[in-house]
Amino acid sequence: MNTPLRRVGLAMLAMVVLLLANATYIQVVKAEDYRDDSRNQRQLLYEYSRERGQIVSQFGGTILAQSSKTNDRLQFLREYRNGPMYAPVTGYYSWRYGSAGIERATNDILTGEDARLFVRKLSDIITGRDPRGGHVQVTIDPTVQRAAYDAMTSRGFTGSVVALKPDTGEILGMVSTPSYDPNKLASHDGKKQEEAWASWNCDPSAPNCGHNNPMRNRAIQETYPPGSTFKLVVTAAALEDGATADTPVESASNVVLPGTSNVTLENFAGQTCPGSTLADALAYSCNTAFAKLADELGAQKLRSTAKQFGIGMDDLSIPLDVEQSHLGPLDSSAVLYQSGIGQRDVRLTPLQDAMLSATIANDGIAMKPQLVKELLAPDLSTLEEYDPDELTGDRALSSENAAVLRDMMIASEANTSGEGKRSDLTIASKTGTAEHGNDPKNTPPHAWYTAFAPAEDPQVAVAVIVESGGDRGLAATGGTVAAAIGRLTIDAALGEG
Amino acid sequence: MNRPLGVGGREPEAATTNPGGAAPATRRGTELLMLAFATVIMTSALVLVDANQEQELTLAIVWYGLAYLGIFAAAHLAVRRWAPYADPLILPCVALLNGIGLVMIYRIDLALAERATQVGRDFSGVAPRQVLWTVLALALFLGVLTVIKDHRTLTRYSYTFGLIGLVLLALPAALPSAISEVNGAKVWIKFGFFSLQPGEFAKILLLIFFASFLVAKRDLFTVAGKRVLGVELPRARDLGPIIIAAGVCLSIFVLQKDLGPALLFFGVVLMLLYVATERFIWVAVGLSMFGAGCVLAYSLFTHVEQRVANWIDPLETYDEPGGGYQVAQALFGLGTGGVMGTGLGAGRPETVPEANTDFILAGIGEELGFIGLGAVLMVYLLLGMRGMRGALAVRDTFGKLLGGGLAFALVMQVFVVAGGVTKLIPMTGITSPFLSYGGSSLLANYILVALLLRISDAARRPQPQARQRPQQQQPPIAEAHTVMVQAPSGGGTGVPAPDPAAPSRPSNGAGAAPGPGPATNPGPPAPLNGAEQANANSKASSNEPGTEGESKA
Repeated sequence: MNTPLRRVGLAMLAMVVLLLANATYIQVVKAEDYRDDSRNQRQLLYEYSRERGQIVSQFGGTILAQSSKTNDRLQFLREYRNGPMYAPVTGYYSWRYGSAGIERATNDILTGEDARLFVRKLSDIITGRDPRGGHVQVTIDPTVQRAAYDAMTSRGFTGSVVALKPDTGEILGMVSTPSYDPNKLASHDGKKQEEAWASWNCDPSAPNCGHNNPMRNRAIQETYPPGSTFKLVVTAAALEDGATADTPVESASNVVLPGTSNVTLENFAGQTCPGSTLADALAYSCNTAFAKLADELGAQKLRSTAKQFGIGMDDLSIPLDVEQSHLGPLDSSAVLYQSGIGQRDVRLTPLQDAMLSATIANDGIAMKPQLVKELLAPDLSTLEEYDPDELTGDRALSSENAAVLRDMMIASEANTSGEGKRSDLTIASKTGTAEHGNDPKNTPPHAWYTAFAPAEDPQVAVAVIVESGGDRGLAATGGTVAAAIGRLTIDAALGEG
Repeated sequence: MNRPLGVGGREPEAATTNPGGAAPATRRGTELLMLAFATVIMTSALVLVDANQEQELTLAIVWYGLAYLGIFAAAHLAVRRWAPYADPLILPCVALLNGIGLVMIYRIDLALAERATQVGRDFSGVAPRQVLWTVLALALFLGVLTVIKDHRTLTRYSYTFGLIGLVLLALPAALPSAISEVNGAKVWIKFGFFSLQPGEFAKILLLIFFASFLVAKRDLFTVAGKRVLGVELPRARDLGPIIIAAGVCLSIFVLQKDLGPALLFFGVVLMLLYVATERFIWVAVGLSMFGAGCVLAYSLFTHVEQRVANWIDPLETYDEPGGGYQVAQALFGLGTGGVMGTGLGAGRPETVPEANTDFILAGIGEELGFIGLGAVLMVYLLLGMRGMRGALAVRDTFGKLLGGGLAFALVMQVFVVAGGVTKLIPMTGITSPFLSYGGSSLLANYILVALLLRISDAARRPQPQARQRPQQQQPPIAEAHTVMVQAPSGGGTGVPAPDPAAPSRPSNGAGAAPGPGPATNPGPPAPLNGAEQANANSKASSNEPGTEGESKA
């Protein structure tokens, strides 16, 4: 009887081996899938069981987001001060819908999971202190953010404002309107989260949808045709190609697109350009001049200059992921004509548009934009400080050409209407009025304004876009709609708002 | 057949301590040492839980550890007194599993209590109850060890046990749902403040019955029937009793909607049949019956269909009522634990429904990781293998069958529950022996262990006067078993024993003595062990009428 018993013993062995093999599959091979499954709340409960770090401003330590103790199962509630205003920066932190913005990009620091916090975590365990997450200090200047946000929302505009420090790339303001309140997504009440999420993510064309994609961070996730603000890139390329402010350019009121018989490209309101030099063309934003200029330069030169401004970069992270700005195919003269005035397939993010001004302000060197100033340990000691970094390592244009272009922009500002001009401040700017949509002539254009100031010692560069004409409809221009907001933002940044 | 070595290998001291007929080492010291080791593990586990759950670390933990050691030291002393030659690893393995189970139950209590406070409800933990059950179970364990001095006496009551077992099985199904149904399974009997699952006890009683019955009727089952396609089928009429018994048990289980025990029970019956007859055809027949039963159950019962759907993809049926939520949560826990685990007390095992009973292994896998889960499974395997070793070494057929059956039942139960939790097989409601919260399971499994110890004790106990007692205890005529009637040939006496585990070969001639005993039908009762031993000891005894040699041919 021992032989079958021994075989049964082997069967027992086989059963346990089978169990172990299966456990290996579940706990090693498939472990990650199960761990990260959205329905697995373990990671979440773990994260909520410790105090998530704060998101603070580098200016005065203003708190953008913090966690406070509650007495329900998720032990800490995430709170956002001025939630809608800072939402494009902070993002949200939801147990139901994940996270976005800084909350997502620096999650490891905020939860305390980052390797650099490991030793502290260990000592927390030993000493019995409640484990806490580290803090993130962002570059945002609350004054700038407030000024830009109020300027946009008080007018009811849809769009975005970005303010940069030209010499470091620090993002002083990043506004996207309409916005949303991340507090509602941080609620511990799943129903509230669900309602908020549904109301913000409805199809804007649906009849009952009151919002226009409030959760989209227009500053970095949306690209727009830059319109005339793109002429800065064309001018920079031309200057680098040997042109000067006095180089004569086309001044006709319209030009026929090459390869077509009667499709014309016109100056604004069909006017003839008041001057015939490159400087005049930029100051008066003459379309025909830049159309021809772009074609003369050719796709390659245009691209290579644009690249040094950051256009075409597909891995820019601030550390929020930035949508790629691009020029489009540029595969014929007609396309080049239209691209030269920032139309056709040229698309820039508002951040990229601000980088145009910032690069010119910084003597032709584009700095890598950044939103995080410092990562801090729970005890506020510095873990990592971000240093200013050049974007590409190559100049977009020489220092001399940058100065030439700056002067052209000062002249452009002089020709720009809109409120908020000050006699004691020299601003260098460029407006844009970008057509878009299927029926561009009858669709209210996007109004752009990009600028830096003070022109002689640039402290801030901004870009403003107001989608679809703001409050002026078809008559909107960059100057009448967007310029005032840009100037308010500049004032705030210079401490005189 | 002639090698009495355990699956685990040759037992060294048995091979060396018996040259001159001296008594083999009892190895009680090893047992005590291993028990102390289990205490250290259990106490450290408790410390970890308290540390991770931010409980105050107090000296109370030391007292808990000492109390635990005390309880098992008592068990150890009982073994020392009443089963001195028992396997030294069985009790420490059980103590370790029981200890880990207690720590996990306590740990889940803490989590549930915290949750209850958050929603402002009262909560009383079940860990103290489990401690009480452990003490009761150990008392029962002592009782079994003292009352059953020789496992062979159990054969005398095998039909009684069988009947009681069946009644216990059927009782909850017959009782009104109000006192027998918990979570849809009608397997309980509720007595006010506590409730029992009689099926757990029925498992052991029926196992005794089957082992005894098969030993008695072994001859019948080895008679070949017709040959079909070169395979000798058993005779149809021999299938009768086994089909009836299995059918009754299975239908009761199905009626109670508790599939785990049914699966377990059927597996054990098959295993007993195979071991008793040494004919694989029984397994084949049984497995095809099982397959047919599965298909039938799947098409007849929606809850079976649901279980299978949950098994195929628990994430798919996650939101359905009765769907894969529970298994999916277990998998999430196991995945989150990964290789190293979250650490005892640092995971969320309470997220899984039934975390402290059927799904306690998921909690262990989450907090102790694959390493911890693997270790627990290995302890189960060790326990099963030591039991199996006892069965291999014991001299009587009934002991072999019972010991093997109990050891197999234990490992099979672990397979069914762990397989269910880790999605290897469909989940069926069944407890993890010694780990899960539950009085019945604990009580029954301690009886199981007591029997395993008793058998392993018999296997290694020297037998100088073993000749007298069995004759005094002649079984009643009605229970005289044919198989015991193995008139050993004298050939055994002259052959040097290749069997070190059979110490001090009793003179086999003595074993032959009862031949002319009371001439009862179907045969005279014989000394229960003499025949088998002669058989085991002697290759030369091929002419003996015993079934061993016959079936081996």
